[in-house]
Amino acid sequence: MSASVATTEGSSLRILGVSKDFPAPDNPLARVLALNAVSLSLAAGELVSIVGPSGCGKSTLLRVIAGLDSPNSGELWIGDEPISGPNAERGLVFQDPNLFPWLTVRRNIQAGLVARGVLQEKRHEVDEFMRLVGLAAFANAFPHHLSGGMAQRVALARALINHPKVLLLDEPLGALDAFTRMRMQDEVLRLWQARRTTMLLVTHDIDEAIYMSDRIVIMTPSPGRIDQTIVVALDRPRQRSSPEFLRLRADILEQLHFAGNAIRDRSPGVGDSSSGENQKPPQDAKPEEPDLAPQYTESRTVRSPAPPSEPLDAQVAIIGRDPAGSSLGG
Amino acid sequence: MNTSVQQTHEPVQMSEEKVARAGSIGSPAASRARARTLLAIPVAASVALAVHLGVSKNQPLPETHSYSVFLGIILGSAGVAAVAQSFWSHLRRWMRHMCPIIAAAVWLLCFWEVITSGLRLLPLPYFPSPAAVVQSLIDDRRMLFDSTCNSLILLLSGYLLGLAVALVTGVSIGWFNQARYWGMPLLKVVGPIPATAWIPLAMVLSPAPRFSAVGIIALAVWFPVTMLTASGISNTRASYLDVARTLGGGRTYLIFRVAIPGAMPSIFIGLFMGLGAAFLTLVVAETVGVKSGLGWYVAWAQGWAEYGKVYAALVIMAAFFSTIMTLLFKVRDRVLVWQKGVIKW
Repeated sequence: MSASVATTEGSSLRILGVSKDFPAPDNPLARVLALNAVSLSLAAGELVSIVGPSGCGKSTLLRVIAGLDSPNSGELWIGDEPISGPNAERGLVFQDPNLFPWLTVRRNIQAGLVARGVLQEKRHEVDEFMRLVGLAAFANAFPHHLSGGMAQRVALARALINHPKVLLLDEPLGALDAFTRMRMQDEVLRLWQARRTTMLLVTHDIDEAIYMSDRIVIMTPSPGRIDQTIVVALDRPRQRSSPEFLRLRADILEQLHFAGNAIRDRSPGVGDSSSGENQKPPQDAKPEEPDLAPQYTESRTVRSPAPPSEPLDAQVAIIGRDPAGSSLGG
Repeated sequence: MNTSVQQTHEPVQMSEEKVARAGSIGSPAASRARARTLLAIPVAASVALAVHLGVSKNQPLPETHSYSVFLGIILGSAGVAAVAQSFWSHLRRWMRHMCPIIAAAVWLLCFWEVITSGLRLLPLPYFPSPAAVVQSLIDDRRMLFDSTCNSLILLLSGYLLGLAVALVTGVSIGWFNQARYWGMPLLKVVGPIPATAWIPLAMVLSPAPRFSAVGIIALAVWFPVTMLTASGISNTRASYLDVARTLGGGRTYLIFRVAIPGAMPSIFIGLFMGLGAAFLTLVVAETVGVKSGLGWYVAWAQGWAEYGKVYAALVIMAAFFSTIMTLLFKVRDRVLVWQKGVIKW
């Protein structure tokens, strides 16, 4: 990693009242509101995560920011410039690395330079970026020889070589196994700290959001809108199992109405959200806390076979919840 | 036939001798297999030579002589190769792979000679012996060479013209909606007409038969290449295009650096189909209009009932077309090297 690029490359991003609708898949006359007056601002060099269930418009928002889709209304600004159409200043990394299979690793990484017609002047940066993501030895390998993590590192380098002012990450680590994912989170953080690129990360993984971001934006579906923003005021590097981390995690799960399942199973399911709708606010759960441990074991044995119809309080059991610290942000 | 059956016992005996000699090197089974590989061609060639000398007593002398020399060359080079392979590992690998199939080809020649000159099972002059075909190859080598060159020029000009037009139309139809709207119906209606069906019209329209032949070959190539190029381009993964846009790529980059490379596997299928169509059309065009080339030579030789020459031209055609096909495969292997290991070629 070269220290020469430690200055902030990022730029602020402002999203003002952006709405976007699509034709409904089942009814061509109806429209589905994917984004409803979404407003969000990122400071230059900030790393913000968006979490939320499927269909809450996270990816749509990213595509609108990238310029791949245009909003029905609202404004988007990068620094002082309005966004109109896709541009190399806004890099986008997808869950699928989407490397060009006909190009070697090196040629994939330099694709952005070729696309902008600046390969001659910036050829030296290709080696720098291959080293930055630790793939110099694979320069002449074709993408299908790479593992998922390596491919995603190439995709990151390919996006970063354009020195984007904002890097948009659409579940970039979602397809990786848990260990590779945690390693890659550190990798992305390292890149971010080296370059101070403004990053907007869409993720399903709440741990990832807490581990990585300055702020977490929670979005809710139908129509897609921002529910609330949580500031993650933890020092870096963060400990995934520190009490503060777990407390924040529990809190976010609470906001997303998955607290009951979160203890055993992090991934949100369809059935879970329906049970979460009439879940009680966190305050109500507090009296339960003294006999937390037995209740947890009990709920585990009871709930596996049965549908979520037993007393809801049993689902709100949260390990290590501190009565004092209900939330770190609003 | 009798001779060949008797002779098949010979390699086994010989290989056992070889095993006795080379017993110290490798396992007996392996060296026996190696000896069998080495001896396959010499044995086949010797048998073929013996059969030939046996059946050709009443044949014209030069014919007999040329074919004997031909078989002698096979025998001699097989012997030289068998010696050379012991200190040239590349040749050894190649021989291990190729010896059985070459030997089989020699056996086939031998069988052909037995049923033609030997047992006279097939009517003359339609089925000459291999000796007669070899003699025709030698006697008419100038004319065959000229014909091959003419065919090559005609094929290449037609193929390259068709390819150039097809890439332009294919990419346009695949990429631009307007081009697709207007071009696709034309492609679907006109394309499936076999190119040879245009020959009467082409002969009327064109000033010289060569031009019409080039045009018809080009048409034969154009349809499959356009179809598969258009299909490849329009099936470019949307996410590749999204990535390219966010990397700052303009339309030129999207077409030439994303869509076309991504469509290459499909384009090559079209190129192979087009090449097959071009061969067919070339031979037909030469048979009916153009007064040169291998197709013309076949028809001409047939007119004189010189079937030795017909077969000689067919042999040249086989070598000619398969060489061109192999070259196209080599180009494919280079261009689509990124697919190696992903799909089975």
